[in-house]
Amino acid sequence: MNERLRRLQSALARRRIGRPLVAGLLILALIVIFSLAGPFFVDAHDAHVGAMTPRRPPSWAHWLGSDSQGRDMLTLLVFGTPATLKMGLIAGVIGVGLGLLFGLLGGSRGGIVDGVIRVVADALLTVPAIAILVIIAGNVDRMTTNVMALVVASLSWMFTTRTIRAQVLTIRERAYIEVARVNGESELEIVFREILPNLLPFVVASFVGTVGSAILSVISLEALGLGALEETTLGNTIYWSQQSAAILRGYWWWWAPPIIVIALIFVGLFLTSVGFDRFANPRLSKRA
Amino acid sequence: MSSELLNYILRRFGQLLLIVFIAVSINFLVPRLLPGDPVETALARLQAGGGQQSADIQAVSKVYREKYGLDQPLGVQYLNYWRDLFRVDLGVSIANFPEKVSTKLVNALPWSVGLLSVATLIAFTFGSLLGALLAWPGAGKAIQAVVPALMVLAAIPFYLLAIINVYLFAVVLKILPPAGGLDTTRIARLDWATVIDVLRHAVLPLASIVLGNIGFWALGMRSQMVSVLGEDYITFAEAKGLGPWRIFLRYGIRNALLSQVTALALAMGAVLSGAVLVEVVFNYPGLGTLLYVAIRGQDYFVIQGVVLLLIITLALLLFAVDLIYPLLDPRIRR
Repeated sequence: MNERLRRLQSALARRRIGRPLVAGLLILALIVIFSLAGPFFVDAHDAHVGAMTPRRPPSWAHWLGSDSQGRDMLTLLVFGTPATLKMGLIAGVIGVGLGLLFGLLGGSRGGIVDGVIRVVADALLTVPAIAILVIIAGNVDRMTTNVMALVVASLSWMFTTRTIRAQVLTIRERAYIEVARVNGESELEIVFREILPNLLPFVVASFVGTVGSAILSVISLEALGLGALEETTLGNTIYWSQQSAAILRGYWWWWAPPIIVIALIFVGLFLTSVGFDRFANPRLSKRA
Repeated sequence: MSSELLNYILRRFGQLLLIVFIAVSINFLVPRLLPGDPVETALARLQAGGGQQSADIQAVSKVYREKYGLDQPLGVQYLNYWRDLFRVDLGVSIANFPEKVSTKLVNALPWSVGLLSVATLIAFTFGSLLGALLAWPGAGKAIQAVVPALMVLAAIPFYLLAIINVYLFAVVLKILPPAGGLDTTRIARLDWATVIDVLRHAVLPLASIVLGNIGFWALGMRSQMVSVLGEDYITFAEAKGLGPWRIFLRYGIRNALLSQVTALALAMGAVLSGAVLVEVVFNYPGLGTLLYVAIRGQDYFVIQGVVLLLIITLALLLFAVDLIYPLLDPRIRR
């Protein structure tokens, strides 16, 4: 642990941790704090239909006004943000987990297993995700945020698979793998003790990217009306505002706050992944 | 044509066939693997919704049972599914019975292809040029100020930009129409008024896709250009005394563009997914809006048809990109 800390300090000193990483993590931290602390400051009853006068613009009592159902928009935002984040995180964990599994399997096994994994991952990467997700989500009987996370996770593994597979292929050729093999380590031991630890930066980078694209898929499905419509999420809030023509009627306080929060989530994830790339591949920062 | 080039084209064609195969199979299998009969469910929901359509629903139900032979084994159904696809028989719309799904698709396709291809062309061209300029030492510091803006644009989903665009330009400023592909009162003819009307309606959807995309292309090009400019052949070209513009265009951009074109192939799926939602925001008469209306109306065959067409269109576009690639990179052509 001490060793890690020292490395972090020296990284900071040599500016390997650049401004994008700090800014990105800061934005994400703010959003997480907002979703953890928010519920203590609002009344959950204000998220129910008819809690207050409908279609009120922002005021001192209700900072973000109300929608056409009489729900307090700030309360919706407070409960919608963690719900959206949760779907992204679940899909991200499952997607990266599957990707890691397939990548390790393909990269270390080779042969037909590798061929099938590679070809299917490549083909699915080029298919517009929304087209397949629409078919799956449209056939789900009762959509909840958890099911939504699973649906999105089903198409979240390809990028990680590609990255991990490529890394395993290069690591496998290194000398220390040969040493481990000569020392009598089994194939499984080599994968878990020699290869896996070296994949960590790539797993983290893939995770950040996967969470981002999972949240994008979630709000895309929600915009098409395929989300868990009874639950409060950021995407559903935008969907309902569109359903009541809030844009054309000029009720900006329905759709602008969720858009801003979503945009912040994406900018935060984007900056983190750009910054992390630079941290994981120091050669990049010399060039860019 | 050399054998290597032929090999390359055949491999790419194989990939095209594989994508179409996976898409058709998922389209066929997913509804059948999940419990319940999706069409019967949709029909039951429609029936519960309004009594006046019940006569039509009987007819749809009959057509549907005869067409798919649901009592037959799965393998036979699957073969029938392929046979119907080759006959471009995608079934009938449940909501607008007996209009064919293929008619609806043919009406919507040109709008989507037009929007998507023009937007991608503009975003790719201007984004790549901007990115190349950003990496060029001679470009001046002022232009570097756009980098943070590009990062934000690259991160935000297009459809959020579309909502903001509608609000700013159609609701607040009222200078462009908020929705549709044509004025509702206009009868489409081939005259200037129609063309201008189409363009006026296309500006905001186009701008949303281009804005959402341009950051991605510019940032990608910038990092490619930076690494290309570090290559030895650039130093050599400078040493030969070539002019900066010649080095920039012929030596820099030309080489950096290669990986941009590769990225184009990988990014098209995401662009298409985003464009579908932009169409929904603008109620643009393309495939995206058709999909949205079909989902809301539980119009099962239309949903399937749009999904298939989206995937096949994209696979064909990718194949086209793959065919262009050897023209740019002579190493494949050899």
